[in-house]
Amino acid sequence: MKRNNLTLWLAAIPVYAFLYIPLIVVVVYSFNDSRLNAEWVGFTLDWYYKLFNNGEMLLAARNSLIIAITASLLATVLGTMAGLAIHRYRLKVLPILAFTPIAMPEILLGVSLLLFFLQVLNLTLGMVSIIIAHTTFCIGFVAIIVRARLQGMDDSIFEAARDLGATPWQTFRLITLPLIMPAVAAGALMSFTLSIDDFVITFFTKGVGEPILPIQIYTMIKISVTPEVNAISTLLMLLTLALIILANRLDAGALRGE
Amino acid sequence: MALLELRDVTRRFGDFTAVDCVNLSIEAGELFTLLGPSGCGKTTLLRMIAGFDVPDSGQILLDGQDIANTPPEKRPIHTVFQSYALFPHMTVADNVAFPLKMSGKTPAEIKKRVEKALEEVQLSRFTHRFPHELSGGQKQRVAFARGLINRPRLLLMDEPLGALDAKLREDMQRELISLQKEVGITFVFVTHSQDEALALSQRIAVMNQGQVEQIGEPSVIYSHPANRFIADFIGKINLMAARVTQVSDNDMTLEIDQLGTTTLPLKQGIKTGDQGVMAIRPEQVSVHALARHAELPHAHTGKVLDFLYVGDVTTYIVELDCGIRVEALLANSSPGRARFFEVGDPVIVSWTREAAQFLMN
Repeated sequence: MKRNNLTLWLAAIPVYAFLYIPLIVVVVYSFNDSRLNAEWVGFTLDWYYKLFNNGEMLLAARNSLIIAITASLLATVLGTMAGLAIHRYRLKVLPILAFTPIAMPEILLGVSLLLFFLQVLNLTLGMVSIIIAHTTFCIGFVAIIVRARLQGMDDSIFEAARDLGATPWQTFRLITLPLIMPAVAAGALMSFTLSIDDFVITFFTKGVGEPILPIQIYTMIKISVTPEVNAISTLLMLLTLALIILANRLDAGALRGE
Repeated sequence: MALLELRDVTRRFGDFTAVDCVNLSIEAGELFTLLGPSGCGKTTLLRMIAGFDVPDSGQILLDGQDIANTPPEKRPIHTVFQSYALFPHMTVADNVAFPLKMSGKTPAEIKKRVEKALEEVQLSRFTHRFPHELSGGQKQRVAFARGLINRPRLLLMDEPLGALDAKLREDMQRELISLQKEVGITFVFVTHSQDEALALSQRIAVMNQGQVEQIGEPSVIYSHPANRFIADFIGKINLMAARVTQVSDNDMTLEIDQLGTTTLPLKQGIKTGDQGVMAIRPEQVSVHALARHAELPHAHTGKVLDFLYVGDVTTYIVELDCGIRVEALLANSSPGRARFFEVGDPVIVSWTREAAQFLMN
């Protein structure tokens, strides 16, 4: 037992190191008092100060937040409905339809959405097209989480509610929704984190107008990796991490509630 | 008029007929059981009575009104599910209050009735607990209280005691029966457990392959099963392949493979040439030491092959000289004496003329 644990740790440490050292480097250098990401000179908050005075970057952040919030709300409503439908109707084609966007290469999704917006909808690319695109690929994630939650539950609970006098709507509001709420919230947070840092699909569907955060960062890097990029990356990482921890806790709590 | 009447109720799933033209009527105040092996259609029937499923044809009449297409929330019929189906995010009190809330009762009345209901099932101390903090028996009682609180015309119970351990089950059986007497609500049980059916019901409908095979009081079903399936399904029974060779005014003669011929009182509708089985309950078979041979009717010699001692009774398996094996159940009624015979003992097995019956295949 002890020996196994040791082997496990020996295998796990390099993996975690591989995953997290680059992130730590970014965070550390965002506080480095030097233009170069080469050696540690001294501590500074200058890069954060610069960042918060960069109008273009702030606009990009605002746009990205608007997109992420709207898309995750839409995806949560639609994804929850999809998850419920997949669970209830057990048609083989439903899960395929809902989950395919998750497995599809992003570049393919980006190209096809671009063509769809331009040639079918005749839509001017911008915030609206990005929101629709993000909603599309987030629905599947919400549906998967909601369905997983429903699969762990006793279906007779919902029948019991109807049996004891609740209409289908009352059953949803008083029984189903409270019971799947942790999964719905986890799905919403997941959608938010997926949306806020999405690059490929955003790139294809953004058009020329509004600056969007991940693309803005990419544009800055094209010139040189400045500590300002490190600073914005650190902030983005912090936000994502917080949301993932929150989502995780919600889902774990959901399992305990059973 | 019967409280609930099923007329030619049929339900098919693809090629499979789950419920095949069932006719039943249940009187108000009755304890009625649908009994059958798994897959016999009893659960489908229960689901149609509750409103979770709709028959393909036939009528479900409650007080003479066809409710086959009424949604479950509009039926004055409540169900206690096998898994209890308590709402996990609600306290015991909120679970029990749910049907009252749905029917729009005032908060004051709800509070009063919930308190009373929980008192009746001895759960007053658990009002604010959540279902996952309760034991199986307590969950069961919450499910009862919840099913009964809005005074349905009919309470359906799916394998009501299936999830409880044996000791608790007996207590709950008694509780259930006395509870039913108190509230006067008609109970319909659905179970595959013959013990439960015999102990709980005033009448039993035995189902097999989507059809009702016999309806009657527990003692009638046990002692006069309508056919071989029912005899075999309810309780233990010795079955010997038999053929009717002769029928007279009062008697019929059976030819039993290996055992020879025997005469039994004539049963209605039996004619010469009918194939079936001769059936005898193990507790009606007596086993004697070899010496008493002469006086016994329907006596056959054999030797003890095996026995199973379970405390109150011992089951002996006796192989007759002709090769047929017979089970006999003897009560261990004399103190200090655990068994009468040993493996290999030569014995005489006998039964009375009335104990044996002929059943069609």
